[in-house]
Amino acid sequence: MSRMGFFTDTSICIGCKACEVACKEWNSVPDDGFNLLGMSFDNTGMLGANSWRHVAFIEQSKPVAQPDAHVRWLMSSDVCKHCTHAGCLDVCPTGSLFRTEFGTVVVQEDICNGCGYCVPACPYGVIDRREDDGRVWKCTLCYDRIGDGLEPACAKACPTDSIQFGELDELRERARGRVDELVSAGVVDARLYGASPDDGVGGAGAFFLLLDEPEVYGLPPDPVVPTRDLASMWRHAAAAAGVFLGLGVAAFAGRRSS
Amino acid sequence: MAEAHPVGFQWVVEAKARGATVIHVDPRYTRTSALADIHVPLRAGSDIAFLGGLVNYVLQHDLWFRDYVLAYTNASFVVREQFRDTEDLDGLFSGYDPEERKYESESWQYDGIKVGADEQDPEERVTKYEQKGSGHQFGSGGAALDPGEPVKDLTLQHPRCVLNVLKRHFARYTPELVQEICGVPPALFDKVARALTSASGRDKTAAFVYSVGWTQHTVGVQYIRSAAILQLLLGNMGRPGGGIVALRGHASIQGSTDIPTLYNLLPGYLPMPHALEHESLHEYLHLNTPRGGFYGQMPAYLVSLLKAYWGDNALPTNEFCFDYLPKLTGDHSSYPTVISQVEGKCKGYFIFGENPAVGSANAKMQRMGLSNLDWLVVRDFSLIETATWWKDGPEIETGEIRTEDVGTEVFFFPAAAHTEKSGSFTNTQRLLQWRHKAVEPQDDQRSDLWFVFHLGRVIREKLRVANGAAVDSRDRPVLELTWDYPTEGSHADPDAESVLREINGWDADGKALSGYTSLQDDGSTVCGCWIYCGVYADEVNQAARRKPGSEQNWVAPEWGWAWPMNRRVLYNRASADPDGRPWSERKALVWWDEKDAKWTGHDVPDFADDKRPSYEPGYGARAADAIGGADPFVMQTDGKGWLYVPSGLTDGPLPTHYEPHESPFTNPLYSQQANPARQVFSRRDNLSNPSGAERGADVFPYVFTTYRLTEHHTAGGMSRWLPYLAELQPEFFCEVSPELARERGLAHLGWATIVTARAAVEARVLVTERMVPLTVQGRVVHQVGLPYHWGANGYVTGDAANELVGLALDPNVHIQESKASSCDIRPGRRPRGPALLQLVDNYRRRAGITVETADFQ
Repeated sequence: MSRMGFFTDTSICIGCKACEVACKEWNSVPDDGFNLLGMSFDNTGMLGANSWRHVAFIEQSKPVAQPDAHVRWLMSSDVCKHCTHAGCLDVCPTGSLFRTEFGTVVVQEDICNGCGYCVPACPYGVIDRREDDGRVWKCTLCYDRIGDGLEPACAKACPTDSIQFGELDELRERARGRVDELVSAGVVDARLYGASPDDGVGGAGAFFLLLDEPEVYGLPPDPVVPTRDLASMWRHAAAAAGVFLGLGVAAFAGRRSS
Repeated sequence: MAEAHPVGFQWVVEAKARGATVIHVDPRYTRTSALADIHVPLRAGSDIAFLGGLVNYVLQHDLWFRDYVLAYTNASFVVREQFRDTEDLDGLFSGYDPEERKYESESWQYDGIKVGADEQDPEERVTKYEQKGSGHQFGSGGAALDPGEPVKDLTLQHPRCVLNVLKRHFARYTPELVQEICGVPPALFDKVARALTSASGRDKTAAFVYSVGWTQHTVGVQYIRSAAILQLLLGNMGRPGGGIVALRGHASIQGSTDIPTLYNLLPGYLPMPHALEHESLHEYLHLNTPRGGFYGQMPAYLVSLLKAYWGDNALPTNEFCFDYLPKLTGDHSSYPTVISQVEGKCKGYFIFGENPAVGSANAKMQRMGLSNLDWLVVRDFSLIETATWWKDGPEIETGEIRTEDVGTEVFFFPAAAHTEKSGSFTNTQRLLQWRHKAVEPQDDQRSDLWFVFHLGRVIREKLRVANGAAVDSRDRPVLELTWDYPTEGSHADPDAESVLREINGWDADGKALSGYTSLQDDGSTVCGCWIYCGVYADEVNQAARRKPGSEQNWVAPEWGWAWPMNRRVLYNRASADPDGRPWSERKALVWWDEKDAKWTGHDVPDFADDKRPSYEPGYGARAADAIGGADPFVMQTDGKGWLYVPSGLTDGPLPTHYEPHESPFTNPLYSQQANPARQVFSRRDNLSNPSGAERGADVFPYVFTTYRLTEHHTAGGMSRWLPYLAELQPEFFCEVSPELARERGLAHLGWATIVTARAAVEARVLVTERMVPLTVQGRVVHQVGLPYHWGANGYVTGDAANELVGLALDPNVHIQESKASSCDIRPGRRPRGPALLQLVDNYRRRAGITVETADFQ
């Protein structure tokens, strides 16, 4: 089975938030409160247990696309990255988090015991506990839809195809072409985020085309899965334990021999 | 467009990906601007000056499409000598009657056409009795022209030919004037002018897209006229990728004008008869049927409609029950109806899926009208403010309404949603798309179709019992209606397809008709709406077709069904040159096939199939036969695109810039400040801000404009009760620039109170650089943006922006000016209770407002 993912092309996002609504409708995610945040037209604020898609609105006094304009308005729909090296999955003690046959990372809500280890393990701050039931929730990349050959609800609802779903390899190729297209049209700041298998999470299953630095969108510039060094840490710990063990054995042996 | 029509905006994004330049002209920088190549911020209410500037640019630089304009428009027609332009009369066209504040359009006519005795303006006689209906009353065919030929000058040398009239009229609309009126710098204007004109011609076309930002003005119709002039000059009408696209405010608003909920139209844009002018079918047809064009078959359309209404009861001997049709006695449009409620004349009111207590201008007047009814029926999903104003409306708090004093009996009926009923939507492209019911409605929820059908059934039963054997003649129109739709399911829901089939119509044998050319005026055909005839051709619901675009040609004729006759581009004869050849291969749509002697192409030709390009109508030719082989605008009586409108508009044959009814500026063009024919209601409950040079205008120094957000639907009835939408825009806010925030001490996320002569409302403040101060007439003007979705009920609440808006209407279509008015804005929340009225009253006193304010300007 090919690895499936999202390519979110923010250069054609119109900030309609259909992705947020479609996601909540399909996945029965509750509302996230009725709060005016004053963050431009963004009243969702961030990804969380009750918001699995989040459209950021960034108002900049930096005219790029329109030389006459005094302002630029960036919009971008954020989502769980479905990392190649997923910290949440690595630390889950119950096996609730698992990697699907599509290469995505999904929480099994009937197994999650609410320990919350996964929450600090996500370098993007995506996975989150729901206050009233204690369990963690996040985007499933619509595991129940893609298994039936349907695209995820957000991608289906996106009117401009800013959110594209498909085989990751093909999406990456498509995205590189789109960046070239934009750059040659003068949008020199266009770049991909999360598309490289060499980054700190081994490449994201959901990656983005951005028109500015990731920090501008509230994304970490160089995310690293905190469990990246786990294997070598365990190796070092094992070595250290071995040394202790050896020393102990030696001590006993020494005592016996004495 | 991205804000209010995100789904349609996908095509703009796709066009952009294919190299199109997207220009967004809007006072605010919106989600549309974010994706556009050029954003032009301009002062709300100044668009005619901007468009007029473009018209002037095209004419001055000789960039108009000569072959197209000469052949397809009235550019060469000579206007009467008596005609005087606004440029001659300081802002008035000839024919203005200052007493009546109306125009007499005789002097606007072409030279050489005499106003016939039988055409002696029924409209004008009507006005003697009461405010006339509107220009809309003419239907989409425009006013009837008299027999005979106007004087033409194909060399365009005649000083009074339309093109030269146009040149003189728009000569003052220079880039400098555009800057002075709109606040748009000449360099930006020049960029737009170049982009637009370089995208027009034989090989290219440009499209205009507008919505209520253009229509909701006292000169709204003339805004659209300005775009029409520009598009005709550039040769962008009737061609692929061209046109003027009206984005409607709700799903199927297009459908509700085609099969109208408008008081002055019958289905298919046939005029509604008037009680005093059209006492017989003969009189009606005689006065309304134009000589040429497709409305020339009006007798067939109307008689077939009467047959659909009254079936076997409609006979030649009783004028097909013409007498049963309700008749107009005056202006029964929305706002005059509300005024007649306030005055106690209108006693009952049905409201379907609308929330006027929040969504209509002068919302207080709406509620005062509702309070003065005998009965009110509200059908909606939730208990909207229009159903609960009597117990928790703003007037309860101020003490202006006491619940115990409201005599209105309110009936609330829960409505079924679009997923819970079958039916068609007609979109802005005239495309009908069928929806099938997905789930049964719950509990007491029912479709509108169910409600209307069973209401009629019950009324008929009651009348039948009450009348007994001797039927009162006044009950006959109801009792003799055909009212026999088959019903289905446990709720006895009428079968929506049977209604569609009746709209399509059938012949004498009961077989579904395939098109309106089959309609007869002898009673042998039945058709509920002539322009929809063919939607049920071959007994198939053509609107339900869903063949994917990838499996058919690029016009996609097998997706849904477009009126008329499944034509996707109206007037597409204009996509070919006068000889019938495409203007260019790239822009080919339909063309004349000499070998088969017929019109053919990618789209269904909007032209008589076998009419040669060289066809010239004889003197006595009527209806479609009166349209020449090179006259593409077949709905018009002369087949021409009208750069100049000799008759049919109530406020002038050409658009010209007037200030909004309430403006902080004077009109730099004329001493005539605002549209002299606009409809005003000078009343204590509809006071106006002083405007222009009037004393007290400086009390309201800012411009405000109302609008919608993507996250909500109009007055909130379909969004404030849905948590997933409500949370996305949870509060009423105002958008202001950092400069205005500094000037008035407004803090981001703090509160502001916005005041007009009608009311004061409070809103949270969003300070944003997307709102740009503009320099107009040498001084800075600030604009305040107000989305209008909130009211007192639902998950998210707030004041309604429509409290602020007064009633000043476009005289052609009676729409209110809610897109450009003046206001004041101050920091902090508004007072509560009677103190709120005190605040507004203080403003009125400071500005010296009386009922006459802004009236005679």
